[in-house]
Amino acid sequence: MSFEIPIGPQHPALKEPISLRMTVDGEVITGVDIRLGYNHRGVEKLAEQKTWIQNIYLTERICGICSHSHATCYVQAVEKLMELLPPRRGLYIRYLVSELERVHSHLLWLGVAGHEAGFDSFFMYTWRDREIVMDLLEMISGNRVHYAINTIGGVRRDIDEGQKAKILEGVATLRKRSEYYFAIGANEPSFVARIAGVGMLSKEQAVSLCAVGPVARASGVARDVRKEDPYAVYDELDFELCTADSCDVLGRVVVRVKELLESYKMIEQMVRNLPDGDIAVKAPRKAKPGEAVSRYEAPRGENIHYVKSSGADKPERLKVRAPTLGNYPATIEMLKKGFIADIPLIFAAIDPCICCAERAVTLVDAANGAESIVRMSELRRRALARAKNAPVKGNAVWPF
Amino acid sequence: MLNKLTRWSRIKSPWILHLNSGACNACDIEIVAALTPRFDVERFGVLLKATPRHADVIIASGPVTRQIRDRIVRIYEQTPNPKFVIAVGACAMSGCVYRGAYNIMGGIDQVIPVDMYVPGCPARPDAIVDGVVKLLGKL
Repeated sequence: MSFEIPIGPQHPALKEPISLRMTVDGEVITGVDIRLGYNHRGVEKLAEQKTWIQNIYLTERICGICSHSHATCYVQAVEKLMELLPPRRGLYIRYLVSELERVHSHLLWLGVAGHEAGFDSFFMYTWRDREIVMDLLEMISGNRVHYAINTIGGVRRDIDEGQKAKILEGVATLRKRSEYYFAIGANEPSFVARIAGVGMLSKEQAVSLCAVGPVARASGVARDVRKEDPYAVYDELDFELCTADSCDVLGRVVVRVKELLESYKMIEQMVRNLPDGDIAVKAPRKAKPGEAVSRYEAPRGENIHYVKSSGADKPERLKVRAPTLGNYPATIEMLKKGFIADIPLIFAAIDPCICCAERAVTLVDAANGAESIVRMSELRRRALARAKNAPVKGNAVWPF
Repeated sequence: MLNKLTRWSRIKSPWILHLNSGACNACDIEIVAALTPRFDVERFGVLLKATPRHADVIIASGPVTRQIRDRIVRIYEQTPNPKFVIAVGACAMSGCVYRGAYNIMGGIDQVIPVDMYVPGCPARPDAIVDGVVKLLGKL
């Protein structure tokens, strides 16, 4: 006898609205159906109504955790389109903020992983230390979460000697603390026992399901845009690609802690070797007709932005492929054959960012489908018609 | 007498529900940051609850997407009386940068009544704490 258990969209284990439908046989999960769209705002369509500069602030608000990732990825694509070359100092500051953002995101995730595993003091410790990096980001950019430091052709704010010293000091403290967490992770038997062997994803599965970021790297797939296609300053930095072979949640924790230590190394290198000069070049108001794609290694994996211009001051099309979306098929495999009690842990281990993922996903809810036709826009109506013929089980349809 | 007692307990220990109505996560992590050691609202008796049936105060963030609107109304109805809603962030107030998007209702007050607005994109944790304190002052 099998049952179906709905989880979400408002559920204690999930911080963001998403709905999972688990088919369970006793305690074991046999089937998973992910329902999306609770967070779909229509950012891509909105981008077509805003100018190139306004869109930086829109793409930044795709996600509040990897805000700099989306803004940088978009700006990279537009700079490619406009054939602009930002000054070296501007690039260094931009990617310095990128790495600081990765530190804040990974610390946040470590805390959430500890919380889901029932290790709440770990959650409080990492979030306490996260405030250090939030202070650094606030000092550099003026805001804690949406930094708004990017502009087309460089960055908007310079950093001075005093700020450099403070960044180095903050990073030194963080490194000491992170090493302590690494020791806890290795020596706390109950924590390790809780996360080892949970949410298995073999290397073959990770490759065939196109997992990205730390999820793929924890399954032994050495995939990182910073290494394999180094953009901007990354070919000048000395860092290692972190992988793990255990293929479970433990591996994902190990990869992220190692990446933290690599990020500290990169931040120190960038601060010490900060070149002199301007921070930005002037960008034209309009872009030539054409299209550009840019790749960026966000904290959660590879982020891709595609921009098309028709020669106007607005983009004709902006397409975003956020890393969490790339990880959904792998998550379904990870959840299968697992236990109900492991759902929050496994789901948290991909570091889901629902707001990132929900732009291009076409969603139809069978329960209110008929109602939707009446009140939704034309776009949604077309989506309904298409989904009716889709061969996918359940109602969520990935358009690629 | 009983009224006095309930009023006192309500002010001393408001339990909150965090409701994401399609936010970009920025306000949400700032709400969580308000619960962690630096800001630590738990010392004022504020406790984050997972279910609306235990909550006194709903802290909502984000512009309301059409998909989640019905759920928000349901969650509001599940919360026992008296209930209060705090809208955190510019999106929850007016829709912010998403205004004009086809899937956005524009502000949580389009769907449920709001008692307190906390501005900011995102609102800082200290601003959120201040919002909760001001709401309690109104009681």
